[in-house]
Amino acid sequence: MSDTAYPAIAAGRRWPNLWDAAALLCVFGMLIAVANVARGTFAPLSNPEAVTISLDPAHLPAYAVRTTLRMFAALLASLLFTFTYATFAAKSRRARLILIPVLDILQSVPILGFLSFTVVFFMSLFPGSVLGVELAAIFAIFTSQAWNMAFSMYQSLVTVPGDLDEAARSFRLTAWQRFWRLEVPFAVPGLVWNTMMSMSGGWFFVVASEAISVGNTTWKLPGIGSYVALALEKRDIVAVGWAILAMLVVILAYDQLLFRPLVAWSAKFRFETTASAAAADPWLLALLRRTHLLRVAGEWLGGRLAAIGGAPLRLLPARRRGVRGQASRLGDAIWAVLLAAAVALAVWRIVTFVSGALAWPDVAEAFVLGCFTMLRVGVLMVLASAIWVPIGVWIGLRPYWARRVQPLAQFLAAFPANLLFPVFVVVIVRYALNVDIWLTPLMVLGTQWYILFNVIAGAAAFPGDLREAAANFRVGGWLWWRRVILPGIFPYYVTGAITASGGSWNAAIVAEVAAWGDQKLTAHGLGAYIAAATDAGNTAQIVLGVTVMSVFVLLFNRVLWRPLYAYAGRRLTFA
Amino acid sequence: MDATVTTDTLLEVRDVRQAYHKDASADLVVLEGVNLTIRAGEIVGLLGRSGSGKSTLLRIVAGLLPPTGGEVFWRGRPLRGPADGVAMVFQSFALFPWLTVRENVELGLEAQGVPRAERAARAEQAIDLIGLGGYDAAYPKELSGGMRQRVGLARALVVHPDLLLMDEPFSALDVLTAETLRTDLIDLWSEKRLPIKSMLMVTHNIEEAVLMCDRVLVFSANPGRVASELAIGFAHPRDRHDGAFRQRVDDIYGLMTRRPVQRAAAAALPPAFGTALHPVSTNLLAGLTETLAGQPYNGRADLPPLAAALQLEADELLPLGETLQLLRFAVLEEGDIRLTESGRQFVEADIEQRKRLFAQALLAHVPLLATIRQILETRPNHRASALRFRDELEDHMSPDYADDTLRAVVSWGRYAELFSYDEEEQQFSIEDET
Repeated sequence: MSDTAYPAIAAGRRWPNLWDAAALLCVFGMLIAVANVARGTFAPLSNPEAVTISLDPAHLPAYAVRTTLRMFAALLASLLFTFTYATFAAKSRRARLILIPVLDILQSVPILGFLSFTVVFFMSLFPGSVLGVELAAIFAIFTSQAWNMAFSMYQSLVTVPGDLDEAARSFRLTAWQRFWRLEVPFAVPGLVWNTMMSMSGGWFFVVASEAISVGNTTWKLPGIGSYVALALEKRDIVAVGWAILAMLVVILAYDQLLFRPLVAWSAKFRFETTASAAAADPWLLALLRRTHLLRVAGEWLGGRLAAIGGAPLRLLPARRRGVRGQASRLGDAIWAVLLAAAVALAVWRIVTFVSGALAWPDVAEAFVLGCFTMLRVGVLMVLASAIWVPIGVWIGLRPYWARRVQPLAQFLAAFPANLLFPVFVVVIVRYALNVDIWLTPLMVLGTQWYILFNVIAGAAAFPGDLREAAANFRVGGWLWWRRVILPGIFPYYVTGAITASGGSWNAAIVAEVAAWGDQKLTAHGLGAYIAAATDAGNTAQIVLGVTVMSVFVLLFNRVLWRPLYAYAGRRLTFA
Repeated sequence: MDATVTTDTLLEVRDVRQAYHKDASADLVVLEGVNLTIRAGEIVGLLGRSGSGKSTLLRIVAGLLPPTGGEVFWRGRPLRGPADGVAMVFQSFALFPWLTVRENVELGLEAQGVPRAERAARAEQAIDLIGLGGYDAAYPKELSGGMRQRVGLARALVVHPDLLLMDEPFSALDVLTAETLRTDLIDLWSEKRLPIKSMLMVTHNIEEAVLMCDRVLVFSANPGRVASELAIGFAHPRDRHDGAFRQRVDDIYGLMTRRPVQRAAAAALPPAFGTALHPVSTNLLAGLTETLAGQPYNGRADLPPLAAALQLEADELLPLGETLQLLRFAVLEEGDIRLTESGRQFVEADIEQRKRLFAQALLAHVPLLATIRQILETRPNHRASALRFRDELEDHMSPDYADDTLRAVVSWGRYAELFSYDEEEQQFSIEDET
């Protein structure tokens, strides 16, 4: 479809089936198990050495570096997870049946709501050390990227072009060579793009997870997020400004030093047979390519890596074709038994948990609050679309502006909107505005840009001859929107809207509750419910809230976005 | 590799059968009873229409696809998976876009674990041999189609295979480029500069087969089987305009248009779901009848020159001819095509009359369309799902054939205004005429 669109979430099956149910049960059984561990070790856990955060801007560069390092650690972990999980799912027929639905569910779980558990869980692994909190923060970032990346990789693995697959087999590449020579390169463009898109969620999570309070204990990790948290406590709006500035610099550096070169480089792996108009190299890649010393070093490193990928390693003895029927059926049976046991265990976990701590009114309350939040997300999507679609079309049809605005929109999408919340909160407090209405825009603050830049990309890619034809027949006004441009950009719009709506659900947990010093603003909604339960350390309510939200997100995706996306792919693409 | 095998027989295919297993009912047979022996020093061609299973046979020989029945012996041993000493050239080139020309060429050697220095030397040799010198560092997308297929050839040759397999290697190229590549390859072969012993190529281009091969196996379709085998027996280089060459091309056209004996003898009306249809455009059909009716053909044409004049491959022309024959607008006989009386009427009709004539011919001679129309007329809501027709078709043919047949039915039925079709719903319908 487009160069920019590889939304991992939009692909796949549409209606929930038995495997989804099994996956859902397994995921929540696991979450509850983690929650139980966390609860069990909660009391004896000692407070790790107190980290003091200073509001002096001179410390900000150091904090920014810490935050960036966390991002890198999480990226590395996500990459490892992607390569193993997706490969396993793609290679094993049995594993695929359960791994893919699990991934699908995990994508919809707002892990931010589970932050308190993961912190306690990781701290119990490293008692008394700050390492646990670090790992929990990294894990939070990991959860914002890994599912998306793994999905993208999996999709690439199962759509490897048939002729390349045959070539690899007929030249008898080993599994190792095949992975590095065929599968990974084929997956690179989608993977890079999805990683870049998940980065925004990552920055959001890193800011949210550097200062975590469970019950009345608060842990802080040195970083931009904790700096902002402290600034909020101290009601220091100048410090908030400094933090925003630092974040801008960090994201700019990340974008320029990592992702621009990476995206340009990944173009070489794009599977197309014609040479497309190549965009100019970003300056860093140009620097790498033109500076002799750097180039030589790069080539040397590349050569070593290529040698590793090309080494005829055989991880498993080459499989011979032969009789498989019997063994395969036995394997299926064992696999089915194991899976049934896992599901049974999960069900038992959930049942004991629910029966002990929850009653129907709780569920009803969470459900009603979920409806509130859904209403918010729905209204916001409509509003954001009404504003950004016309603007995006206007910009996209003007190459001069598109070239300039597009990077800005991408940049804004990556910026963690929770850093901007304080500014809104100050205004709301000052003018005593209705919290239920005016906290709402915060949810879409960071995610609306996805709609903008996808619409720009769609309008920019709209075929020139169709525009000319429309002009020639003097199609104008509303008819032009309805018959010409809206159908033309629809696939792009859906791609952007899917990402935006998913992000908004996640943002609800931090956006429905805001604090300014000791003043606390709370809207009615599922996000606020989860946040309140976290503050109170009420495990059962957290699990309930997160579950209900996952179900809402899942249904939102399955019932609304996927059919729209499928429709767009079928009818509204230029063949 | 194996010193005990002294015979010059490289490959032996014995009674190979390939079938899809379609649910409980019946297997769909793609290849049936195929025998083939390849000795050192010959070029063998597998010639046939698309879907006649020749590419499937090539994949079986390559070890990419295990046959459902029969056996394949490579240098006297049963073949299990891709074998040492067999390399393949693909129709779509199958180059890795992220590897340079040199890296693509080295791929097969890398898989064998050949040390780096030797790899480089052999790759360079192959690259120079095939005329790619100077392109080492280029990426495939920077190259033209012809250059890409040269990379494909170099990549196969560099592993010094005994048997080179080629799957329609020149069909994705334009006419001039294809001719250059063929000539280059044959020259290298005649000069014995290719590090190979034999070639097995799949093609649907009759002239190509006669130009390159020592032996040609002509396949018939549905199920695919070897219909006949011919030795070509000319020395290289061959002259396309030579009388004997033309005669051989003509003979093969005759073989390929010959209708299977058993089908001609069968009942007058074949079953509705048993016949595969070619999804050819009605514009092409009309265009062909007009061309036949006009100068210089005056209603009758020899197929090879007609194909050349229309710049169509045999594989593209024959489905058109067969469809016209199905509709009784033309007859195929001994490598010729002749317009019938109803074909002439069709040519002379105006747009509306043509549609009517076409509709009549469809209802009379294509039982599937007649059946669909009848079902639509008898149903109270005048609607029918295409899925059930596809299912029934798949009981009689492979899913690809069923797909083609259904596409043909939709396109012809729409043109003849026999019904309308909703793609979204996959549903046939007719307007209520009352």
